[in-house]
Amino acid sequence: MADEATRKAVSEIPLLKTNSGPRDKELWVQRLREEYLALIKYVENNKSADNDWFRLESNKEGTRWFGKCWYIHDLLKYEFDMEFDIPVTYPATAPEVAIPELDGKTAKMYRGGKICLTDHFKPLWARNVPKFGLAHLMALGLGPWLAVEIPDLIAKGLIQHKEQQNSS
Amino acid sequence: MATVEELKLRVRELENELIKCKQKRCPEDAGGSQNYRQRIVKMSAEVVDSNPYSRLMALKRMGIVEDYERIRTFSVAVVGVGGVGSVTAEMLTRCGIGKLILFDYDKVELANMNRLFFQPHQAGLSKVEAAEHTLRSINPDVSFETHNYNITTMDNFTHFMDRISHGGLEEGKPVDLILSCVDNFEARMAINTACNELGQIWMESGVSENAVSGHIQLIIPGETACFACAPPLVVAANIDEKTLKREGVCAASLPTTMGVVAGLLVQNVLKYLLGFGSVSHYLGYNAMQDFFPTMSMKANPQCDDHYCRKQQEEYQRKQAERPKQEVVEEEEEQVVHEDNEWGIELVSEVTEEELKAASGPKPDLPEGITVAYTIPKKENTPDGEMVEETEQSLEDLMAQMKRM
Repeated sequence: MADEATRKAVSEIPLLKTNSGPRDKELWVQRLREEYLALIKYVENNKSADNDWFRLESNKEGTRWFGKCWYIHDLLKYEFDMEFDIPVTYPATAPEVAIPELDGKTAKMYRGGKICLTDHFKPLWARNVPKFGLAHLMALGLGPWLAVEIPDLIAKGLIQHKEQQNSS
Repeated sequence: MATVEELKLRVRELENELIKCKQKRCPEDAGGSQNYRQRIVKMSAEVVDSNPYSRLMALKRMGIVEDYERIRTFSVAVVGVGGVGSVTAEMLTRCGIGKLILFDYDKVELANMNRLFFQPHQAGLSKVEAAEHTLRSINPDVSFETHNYNITTMDNFTHFMDRISHGGLEEGKPVDLILSCVDNFEARMAINTACNELGQIWMESGVSENAVSGHIQLIIPGETACFACAPPLVVAANIDEKTLKREGVCAASLPTTMGVVAGLLVQNVLKYLLGFGSVSHYLGYNAMQDFFPTMSMKANPQCDDHYCRKQQEEYQRKQAERPKQEVVEEEEEQVVHEDNEWGIELVSEVTEEELKAASGPKPDLPEGITVAYTIPKKENTPDGEMVEETEQSLEDLMAQMKRM
């Protein structure tokens, strides 16, 4: 399913308790607090493991999320904007993370730049409802996707380092 | 500054808009030289070349359908106007359905041209817009309503719920049936959520990502299994997963499989709406072996969707009120394989205990149908650390995250 490093990182993300989606009023606020707590812990863990790789924030209602993710390749940092909506059926279904600027560059994407996750992700998510949250989505969904796709896109010349691009 | 491509697209959009306006005003000369027929007030059974309904009305004369004209009284919502949904909508349009409500957020792309219905010159238009244009020209008797949005987001979902509960042929009444022709789990779950809450009957359809199997399923909230009652059911394609190459692609598609599934779906819709033949609860299509497994599955009393459980209580209550003989008929059959002329028997799944504990129980399903994955029984003891309670408010946490 995932490599040892990912497994370890995931095991250190706190699990969520509240099974509630954006259509539930007060319970959703509780869930959102847990989402933020888990995300903060995960980012802190990443920082202390010298593997800081994303930032996320949401609108006031916590229904729309946006942020940045980056990937280091050959000592160069490649940064991308990401975004996603919380589906009404969350947390039973995971959000579909999109990196719009990569739309059309890889076949491992659905329209609108939504990343195409592996076959393992959906069963894994389904088995861990409601314990998994957005931090787990990052660690098990977006992280592994970037690790496979970005080096490939760089090798194919489909993405260039932004500074190099500017200087040339 | 707009590019030439953008301007071309805008012209196409406006042309489409113009044709629609013309059709609404005076259907006979819309589209210039093209032949558009006038609206037909009453379906006629007269067998003449100019009657678009003569072959359908013949179903009555042959004793297949009792009252074909009833088709005009129904309103059907099609969610997802892609490879399956567009063909489904076309079939219903040609059959003379009363009203069609189309939902899709996507645009027509050249990559869709391996499937039926859409044409290259429509590339760039929204699917619902392009579909409405084509369908209206095929049959102007049908009322159309289109919504170009993603139903799974909060605001759109509320609107979606409102339209299925008020978008009947007579505004304010619910639609008669919803057809799910979407290509993803999230949208199916959203339709499922809406239908469980509203007690709305719907049919689900799907084609596998490898394009060689598909299925249709009738969901009557409280009675038959809802989409959340069990892990997604899939038709076993009898392909060794290890030999299935996935590199560099997300999904394959074939016009054949999608056309077959759309045909099976609309056939079931016609049988359900017009009351002929037997309506399938679940019908699978395995294109590799040309095998069509069928089954029916009852709602799961432990379903995660509490509206599903509520609908089940309601259904049980109604069943209890019915005369006694009928209750006897309602025997506990988990899976009924109604048609078994090939003498296919169920092979019991005796897997190792450890494997079972790790993956969870597999429902008893007839040959050829399986679940996409299994879910182990919920444990009370979590296998990891839970989030710790803090005094921090959501606003504090948002601010803290932003500072990181």
